[in-house]
Amino acid sequence: MEPIIPILILAFPLFTFLLLGLCGMKMSHKLAGFIGIAILGTTAVLAYIVSCTYFFSGDPAFIFEGVRQQYQVFDVTWLAFTQSLVVKIGFLIDPISALMLVVITTISFMVHLYSWGYMEGEPGFQRYYAFLSLFTFSMLGLVVATNIFQMYIFWELVGVSSYLLIGFFYKLPSAVSASKKAFIVTRFADLGFLIGILLLSYYTDTFNFVELTQNPELVLGTTGGATYMGASVLTWAMVLIFSGGMGKSAMMPLHIWLPDAMEGPTPVSALIHAATMVVAGVYLVARLFPLYCVVDFSLTFICCVGAITAFYAAMVACAQTDIKRILAFSTISQIAFMMVSLGVAYDKPLEGVHYSGLGYMAGMFHLFTHAMFKALLFLGAGALIHAVHSNEYTAMGGLRKYMPITHWTFLIGCLAIAGIWPFAGFFSKDEMLAAMFQRHWFWGAWMTMVAGLTAFYMFRLYFLVFWGEENPHYKEHKPHDAPWQMSVPLILLAGVSICAGWIQFGEFVTWNGEPYHIHIEAPVAFTSLLVAVVGIALAAIMYMKKNTLPEKARNMWPALWQAANRRFYWDEIYMFITHRIIFNIICRSIAWFDRHVIDATMDGFAKMTQSLSYRIRGMQNGEVQSYVGWYISGAVVIAAIAWLCFA
Amino acid sequence: MDSVGNIIVYFAVAIMLVIFSIAAVTAKKILRAATYLLFVLIGTAIFYFQMGYQFLGGVQIAVYAGGIMVLFVFAILLTNKPNEKAPEGKSHRKTWGFLVSAASFVLLLFALFYMPLIHGFSLVECLSAGKLITMHDIGEAFTGGERFQYLLPFEAISVLLLACIIGGVTIARKD
Amino acid sequence: MDLSMLWYLVPSVIMLVCGIYGFMTRKNLIAILISLELMLNSADLNFVIFNRYLYPGSMEGMIFTLFAIALAAAETAIAIAIIINIYRAVGNTDINEVKQMRF
Repeated sequence: MEPIIPILILAFPLFTFLLLGLCGMKMSHKLAGFIGIAILGTTAVLAYIVSCTYFFSGDPAFIFEGVRQQYQVFDVTWLAFTQSLVVKIGFLIDPISALMLVVITTISFMVHLYSWGYMEGEPGFQRYYAFLSLFTFSMLGLVVATNIFQMYIFWELVGVSSYLLIGFFYKLPSAVSASKKAFIVTRFADLGFLIGILLLSYYTDTFNFVELTQNPELVLGTTGGATYMGASVLTWAMVLIFSGGMGKSAMMPLHIWLPDAMEGPTPVSALIHAATMVVAGVYLVARLFPLYCVVDFSLTFICCVGAITAFYAAMVACAQTDIKRILAFSTISQIAFMMVSLGVAYDKPLEGVHYSGLGYMAGMFHLFTHAMFKALLFLGAGALIHAVHSNEYTAMGGLRKYMPITHWTFLIGCLAIAGIWPFAGFFSKDEMLAAMFQRHWFWGAWMTMVAGLTAFYMFRLYFLVFWGEENPHYKEHKPHDAPWQMSVPLILLAGVSICAGWIQFGEFVTWNGEPYHIHIEAPVAFTSLLVAVVGIALAAIMYMKKNTLPEKARNMWPALWQAANRRFYWDEIYMFITHRIIFNIICRSIAWFDRHVIDATMDGFAKMTQSLSYRIRGMQNGEVQSYVGWYISGAVVIAAIAWLCFA
Repeated sequence: MDSVGNIIVYFAVAIMLVIFSIAAVTAKKILRAATYLLFVLIGTAIFYFQMGYQFLGGVQIAVYAGGIMVLFVFAILLTNKPNEKAPEGKSHRKTWGFLVSAASFVLLLFALFYMPLIHGFSLVECLSAGKLITMHDIGEAFTGGERFQYLLPFEAISVLLLACIIGGVTIARKD
Repeated sequence: MDLSMLWYLVPSVIMLVCGIYGFMTRKNLIAILISLELMLNSADLNFVIFNRYLYPGSMEGMIFTLFAIALAAAETAIAIAIIINIYRAVGNTDINEVKQMRF
């Protein structure tokens, strides 16, 4: 493959960012939006070309004897620190990066188009498009990284653009604090990521993904018997690298930034905080999957973190009132689903398991479908907010008559995420649950329960918004469907959400590149379908018509409801730790030490010098003769002393 | 053993130097102080001649006693009214100055008399130990770049003198 | 009776001390300059004396004295130019008038 198209894929969004960022303010909104959409559309087409070439051309560089290969289009040296520490920038195509290219450019294009309607007339419209392009550029750079250091660079760039977009309405204090929170929490996680990278590359002498993952046993060999606090260095490295993924993918306990990140514009939430950036952690685990398989502990760790997070987020989502926050917690829960799915996969055949790599394939499949329907849901939520000017479901209700397009597309999204046949979510969720059940029944049962909760809270949201009582405000301000720029992406994504499940995903993406034929596991499929239907039915009973059931349910466990509504007090815990413990006890004593010991010493020197200078400055009185007197007396005294001492 | 004539000349000049040095710094009239300085400079030149440095003595008289003294006299005539007395210094400064100079005098005399090198050779011995310095030697010393030759400082001094001429004119110019 | 080094050094020391005394007690700038010349002259004389008595074979002391005389000439010329300037500005040549360069 010629490197020109891959280079253009990266160069176009960067160029848009520079163009709109530097000269955007000179342009009209229309022109800036048009440039953004047009260039991103071109990028999307190029990305499709690259992906299709990779998947369908049959070139032996891409698929060799039926096995899909990793192919580095180019890999140039960027920074050569030492002989062995060399940072390269490149473009790696393999099944997952080709998949991500499609996902990112598709969603990004939809969001660009949608934003044209959604952000119309906002001040800073051009800046918004510039940041969107920056984000797209960094995300594309992240997924095609040939080495872990390049990934880290783009990882941080993604974090920056996320920060910029969350804080887009920088006049709102809540948006500013949300962007800071997102940045600080993810930075904190990235510290672990960086240490992990350094550990790994220190022992293996390479950053390159292909070299690292081709021979995981060799990597284990190079780390030798080096251990730290009872765990091998490789375990530490992999867990620390995963901690970076935990920050970006909002796994517990680093999830606190994602709900607040909903302060950003809704299309941004759809692009960054639902479909692309937050799955970077999943992508990272998938990218280093063979290495994770070498250390069993880290896979188990991923499983546990994912399982706890999925359940926690689903619980919280049941008790929120802000529709975007419900979707945010749903995102956390679904990403945790993918994590568990990756965690149950394994690269060697296991006893009693007919295909041990199934979890990998299923996780990636769900990543793909989830990106589509979650973007759809977020964009639908954006249309709702656009119509009623509020994030709270209490301001909505009975909207299905006023906004038919939004209603139908949102319903499709809800059905897809709930896992109802024949929508996309059903297929991917079925594969994931099958993978979990075949590893251990516990994972399967636990996550099936989470799937049921998912169906419940999504349809709670759906019924509360589109059914139930009409809000009295509608009489003064009649809600209506969004303009075409917003409706078209909704319809397109709804179409994808219906069809995406029928793709033979196993033919394209598996952990080792060998194709795998997906088949529905009837018992698993039946169970999950049943659970989803029960969840939906429960939601319908409670929320379809206004009744007292929700009130009763709430009163049954008021403490639980309160805790879930307050997100199980995670923010309060963080506030307690940072403000009460770190700021109060540690920082205050350090500040005291700084002020009274270090500064005081320096001030003391300064004061001493100053007072001494004031005292002796009288000697410089402008009288040359007294200078000579002092000089000669000094010379005499020194000579006398010298003479007495040495003669 | 030095000749009697040399010794007599020495004593005459030494006494002259001491008297005129003291007179130069205590004279009330400034023009007289300058004149006493002239005598001191001439006495120094005689010492130079006595020690066999004829060229140096000549330079001392020509530059110092001739050139610089003329400058002094001009400056005095420009800045002082005739017969004006040098203003008296403050009395505390006088005491202070006397103490400092007395202390340094005592210290230096001690140093002189305790230095081992001081006694020993007579002037005649030293004169006969060294060869006579001719104009040729001095010319070579000033125009060569070898060891013990000083072309570069010589040039530097000539540039310095030029700079000094320009500087003097610039500073003293009335504008 | 020998004319040893000490004989020549004593007048030189007296000259130097007189210079110090004069420098510290005179009020007239030109008188101070005269004291300065005295000190310089005594230093010149020392160069020559040490050259003659300790290193009679060479003539470095003399050469340096020549340089010192040239420097003294330059320095005096500049000093007198400055004094004349001060006289123009202040009206006399009193050292107590030029005390502006202080803290």
